[in-house]
Amino acid sequence: MRLITHNMLSCNIKGVTNGFPLKIESVTVVEKEVDFNPDFLRHMFAKIEWKALVEGARSMGYEELPEDSPDASELESDDETFLRKLHHALLELHLEEGALVCPETGRKFPVNKGIPNMLLHEDEV
Amino acid sequence: MSSRIAEIRLVSSHREVYEPCDDSFALVDALLADRINLIEHKPKICMEIGCGSGYVITSLILLLKNELPGVHYLATDTNPIAARVTQETLQAHGVEADVICTDIASVLEKRLAGSVDVMVVNPPYVPTPEDEVGMEGIASAWAGGENGRRVIDRMLPVVDVLLSEKGWFYLVTLTSNCPLEICLVMRKKGYASRIVVQRSTDEENLLILKFWRVKDEESLDKETSSESFVSQFSRYLSSFMEKRWR
Ligand SMILES: C[S@@+](CC[C@H](N)C(=O)[O-])C[C@H]1O[C@@H](n2cnc3c(N)ncnc32)[C@H](O)[C@@H]1O
Repeated sequence: MRLITHNMLSCNIKGVTNGFPLKIESVTVVEKEVDFNPDFLRHMFAKIEWKALVEGARSMGYEELPEDSPDASELESDDETFLRKLHHALLELHLEEGALVCPETGRKFPVNKGIPNMLLHEDEV
Repeated sequence: MSSRIAEIRLVSSHREVYEPCDDSFALVDALLADRINLIEHKPKICMEIGCGSGYVITSLILLLKNELPGVHYLATDTNPIAARVTQETLQAHGVEADVICTDIASVLEKRLAGSVDVMVVNPPYVPTPEDEVGMEGIASAWAGGENGRRVIDRMLPVVDVLLSEKGWFYLVTLTSNCPLEICLVMRKKGYASRIVVQRSTDEENLLILKFWRVKDEESLDKETSSESFVSQFSRYLSSFMEKRWR
């Protein structure tokens, strides 16, 4: 699972109101190169929750993203430095082994072989 | 260039995971038939619910990847082994999607709402006793309860939430699922529909339906009163009845 997907996940245990973002506990992170596509990044940027991305990236060992969300002009600039970092964080880092932790209840969802198991127990539905 | 789909010899398998069958092939044929439209549609996020072996999502990626490089693909299944098998199938074809083990798409509903441009679903659609639905293991791959609609009916509102303004939805159904009724349910949510592929095998009569959002009531009336809907269905039903009587 990559950070683009992590940014879309929330914990849906019954009664939880604040299940986003899930905290990442990473054991193994794998990097895989993906073709750079500025149009795609611009489209996704609007949907991304910046703080969740920065924290997620940090917990996977990538510290290069700016703390504060850059404004739109930076996405259009000729200098691609920012877009390249966004690209790497969103699409090239894979959480292979580890866990996702609900920010409200502390419930841990295991991630094995890159797949988060978000199934709930009967008493959580 | 010829378009590629997943190769059966590269599709991973496990005895607890649904193997690609007539329904899977019919769904991929529907995507193939609609490929040019899909490319013009320029989706950014595509998703499959109930990915099983990964045959369908892998085929979708292969169909689009040369023309559309920047697309994010997601796949879910309740069966953890299916999620793993899908991951293996993707890897064997050298393509990338994020796979999540969850019920329908419940962990994505909040943050992914209104973002999915293409959704594909081959649900558990076989009419079975109610208590067979959602059991552990392979039975949950097909068991659909009364009229095979138990899981389908839970999926429709979720799909409606997730689809973007321009979102398209491909769904595998059987005649016994009362597809016309499914279209009416979706129509109330503002979707037009048509049959993309219809196929009768010895055991089942498969219909692959496609849904898309229509902006206002008036054009919905136009779309659904024309060729695309009722007439298509009545034609289908009469040809089906004919076959039965013969
Ligand atoms: C008919 S199989 C289709 C598999 C594959 N997509 C194909 O076409 O070959 C249905 C799949 O849906 C999964 N499934 C059943 N109920 C589900 C649910 N509530 N949420 C997500 N997946 C579900 C099953 O585990 C199974 O893999």
